[in-house]
Amino acid sequence: MMATMATIATVVVGLTLIYVLYRTIKGRPVERRIVFVYIAFSVILPLMMQISPPLPITGDVLKVYDNIKVLQPGSKVLCAFDYDPPSAPELQPMAVAFMKYAFKHDLKVIIMGLWPQGPQQAQMAVEEAMLDPEVAAKNLQEGIDWVNLGFQSGNEFVIQSMGSEFKRMFPKDDRLVPYDSIPLMKNVVNFSNIDYVMNFSSGKPGTVEWVQIGVDRFGVKMSAGNTAVQAPMVYPYLRAGQLLGILGGMSGAAEFEKVLDEEGDASTFLLAQMFAHATVIAFIIIGNIAFFIGGRRKKITTPQVK
Amino acid sequence: MELFGIWIAALLTLGIYSFLYKDNPVYKATEAIFVGVSAGYWAVVYYFDNIYKKFWEGAVTSDNPDYWMYGGAVLGLLFLTRLFPKIGWISRWPLAFIVGATAGLYMVIYFVTNAMNQTASTIMDIVARNAAGEILWMDTLGTLVILVGVVTGLVYFFFSKEHKGVFGTAAKVGTWFLMITFGASFGYTVMSRMSLFIGRMDFLMSDWLHIIK
Amino acid sequence: MRREIPILITSVAGLVFAVSYFIPHFPFGESESIFGDWVTIVQAFAIWLGALNLIKVSWEKISRKKADWPFALLIVISLVATLLIGFIDGYRGLNAEPQYSFRDPGTSFDWLFRHVYTALTSTMFSMLAFFVGSASYRAFRARNLQATLLLIAGFFVMGGRVPLLDQMIAPIWDYPFFSHLADWIMTFPNTAGQRAIMIGIALGVMSSSLRIILGIERSHVGGGTR
Repeated sequence: MMATMATIATVVVGLTLIYVLYRTIKGRPVERRIVFVYIAFSVILPLMMQISPPLPITGDVLKVYDNIKVLQPGSKVLCAFDYDPPSAPELQPMAVAFMKYAFKHDLKVIIMGLWPQGPQQAQMAVEEAMLDPEVAAKNLQEGIDWVNLGFQSGNEFVIQSMGSEFKRMFPKDDRLVPYDSIPLMKNVVNFSNIDYVMNFSSGKPGTVEWVQIGVDRFGVKMSAGNTAVQAPMVYPYLRAGQLLGILGGMSGAAEFEKVLDEEGDASTFLLAQMFAHATVIAFIIIGNIAFFIGGRRKKITTPQVK
Repeated sequence: MELFGIWIAALLTLGIYSFLYKDNPVYKATEAIFVGVSAGYWAVVYYFDNIYKKFWEGAVTSDNPDYWMYGGAVLGLLFLTRLFPKIGWISRWPLAFIVGATAGLYMVIYFVTNAMNQTASTIMDIVARNAAGEILWMDTLGTLVILVGVVTGLVYFFFSKEHKGVFGTAAKVGTWFLMITFGASFGYTVMSRMSLFIGRMDFLMSDWLHIIK
Repeated sequence: MRREIPILITSVAGLVFAVSYFIPHFPFGESESIFGDWVTIVQAFAIWLGALNLIKVSWEKISRKKADWPFALLIVISLVATLLIGFIDGYRGLNAEPQYSFRDPGTSFDWLFRHVYTALTSTMFSMLAFFVGSASYRAFRARNLQATLLLIAGFFVMGGRVPLLDQMIAPIWDYPFFSHLADWIMTFPNTAGQRAIMIGIALGVMSSSLRIILGIERSHVGGGTR
């Protein structure tokens, strides 16, 4: 019922764009608060429809999957949570999907963060992953199957120092357990004891710093999940082989959920993303049609100087 | 407490969004809370995760103290002199240390990662081949596009020579590649901004109002 | 001496990190580790400098009853309340048996993070969605070839990265053409442009870093350029 009403409302709202086009061509553009209303409806109405559109998987996401599926049970994966709550709609679904996969396939997860909010975002991702029945049945233990080392300030200097010794930067984990008392960290001295790095990043410090120091100096194998703002900037690293795969933005998160066969938030949000993009594209087209028609009208009405 | 927390979060969210209608005291109040809570959050986290866990437990209360860390603590305390105008000049010492350390590290890592490795990737293996040695024509076209784009883009950024003739044409082609880059970035930026809003609407509609699952 | 000592500190710190990249042995490797620790500790104090400065500036506004001083008072109250909650939780946790962290699930600080901090920061940044929509309507015009290229690239990336254009043509052609086109744009022309920018920035960073280490650039210590 709600989905039907939302669909009808969407069509009606879409048709009112014709009125916006008319007004803009006439030289009376709509007030910006009207534009805000369209943006709001373009997100609210599709969320009420609760439809997950079909989504092709791109090569960048497949590369991430191809690299993590070869990890053997017991492999140690370092997850760097380098983002804060505003980036959570894009990155949290990726993190949850990855955690579920890691826990189901007996990968050992070592969490850390270069952002102060990172460890708490990681904690929420682990809590959500633990709700999965298959993961819950494994009865995973913190300190044995996964550990949250917490946050350390210093940006790239933290990664630099971890190249020598993890313990120097993380003398205790986030639960205040001393490093030497954590069973999972028993034989983990530095990056040479890590099989893979999965970085979730929304800015600086983040993927760029991990590539510059973790990959190019210490030779770690790494993939990255980035916000859509950062993703275009890290494509050169993917192309150069410094990154093994990229998950870009919410669509990347939705593709990752699909390829891992883990239903999550990103797939549900994708329809709203589509409608939001359609609205922005519609406004760009409306603005440009009015611009070109207005320009031609000026050429006709302005006397030609010979 | 969880329900109370959801209501607090929802009211704060609506308070911020009230700015979209017009600037008002409710928005100013929520903005002030945002500034205060953010600053307090960062201060608490940095205190316990760094000053306490690293310095205090590493150098002062440890059974095996690392006395070198006192140097960092001294520099950090000198930084706080910036709050007092008469002795604020002392804060230049720790600032100089941070700037110097960053400059030294960046000088090398930016060269290796962003210059050397990127240049190597651009000019090597232009002809793409599969495992059997056969040429992959579409991939080769792609690597040529990258080569032309990088070279012409760098030509555009070279301002020591006037952009005329062949050089000028190359610079113009460079701007075309840069415009495509910026257009792609714009498209992704729209995706990112909309994702932030989708996240908030999902919270309001599912966690707060229970309109959707 | 007020400027010479900071310049010397800058040069020594810079040289240690630059040389230790290539010579990780004594004394450079050990110096790098020690200086790395110092950077993390100094950064923490820098954050505290910011917080204390915010209190100082806000208090000045309150005491002089400047415009909007009640909101400055609200800033101070929020900041102090957050600090108190964090420190109470932190020290309780340190003195508990077994110890727990100030931000463990169940603490008041974690509640503050999940319900206040997250709501405020996420909402503040989400407002950009409205402004980008408004800017698209008012400002993005294909005035010349460069702007047209920008808009066309943006159009295909926006329409291709989510299955918008593919779903529109699906009744006629059931092939994710626009998704592959967006992928191609990101992988090739976007990479080319980003790489050109990246190399340019890298060269700039290298030269300015060298100038800082050699003491030619002195703006960070209150001088200009020598």
